[in-house]
Amino acid sequence: MPTIRIQTEDFDAGAEIAKLRAGNPKVGAIASFVGVCRDINDGESVATMTLEHYPGMTEKALAKIVDEAIARWRIIDVTVVHRVGELKPTDQIVLVVVSSGHRGDAFAACEFLMDYLKTRAPFWKKEQTPEGARWVEARGSDDEAAARWVAGRKDAA
Amino acid sequence: MVKLLFFARLREDLGTAAEEVALPEGVATVASLRAHLMARGGAWASVLADGKALRVAVNQDMADPATPVKPGDEVAFFPPVTGG
Repeated sequence: MPTIRIQTEDFDAGAEIAKLRAGNPKVGAIASFVGVCRDINDGESVATMTLEHYPGMTEKALAKIVDEAIARWRIIDVTVVHRVGELKPTDQIVLVVVSSGHRGDAFAACEFLMDYLKTRAPFWKKEQTPEGARWVEARGSDDEAAARWVAGRKDAA
Repeated sequence: MVKLLFFARLREDLGTAAEEVALPEGVATVASLRAHLMARGGAWASVLADGKALRVAVNQDMADPATPVKPGDEVAFFPPVTGG
């Protein structure tokens, strides 16, 4: 059963990985991704960052993205944890963990989940910089990263 | 009535996070609802103007201009997402 959590508190990637594979001898590979808050973005130093989301839709959008990954790759289980609220540089923001029988499916699904999360899940970042507060602009490169999966170029064989 | 929600930059620029509106005659899609709200003028006209990067969700699913809107729906307006 996939786990999807939106929370203000920090997470422990090691503990989440251990939980995902506990007692399951079919797991042969686990891929994980941790997104972290940087101190510089677009040339400005970032003091703190506030993450806003759309409660209800966020969970629904993430569940849909996870379902799509499950339909596309041979995945055993998935954990997605995304933090909201105030974060500062070095803080963890997001965790994606995928377990599968073999590494190819785990790597691909993990990257797919992050690419889709970044373009489809309703989160917004606002940064506090010395120049004042600013909303982070969406990046075209994120749309391009997500579009690769639609073309199927990165599909598992 | 339709429940409107606004997030992030749109919430700040419009000065509201949520409101209930009655759908006037002829407003039955995302595009016509957007035009109806723009007709309020002021910030509504500029924030929701054509060409502004804007996403819309109907009942918590991503929508496009042609997506139908009916009484009881929840319609959210927000900027392109920036999570992860």
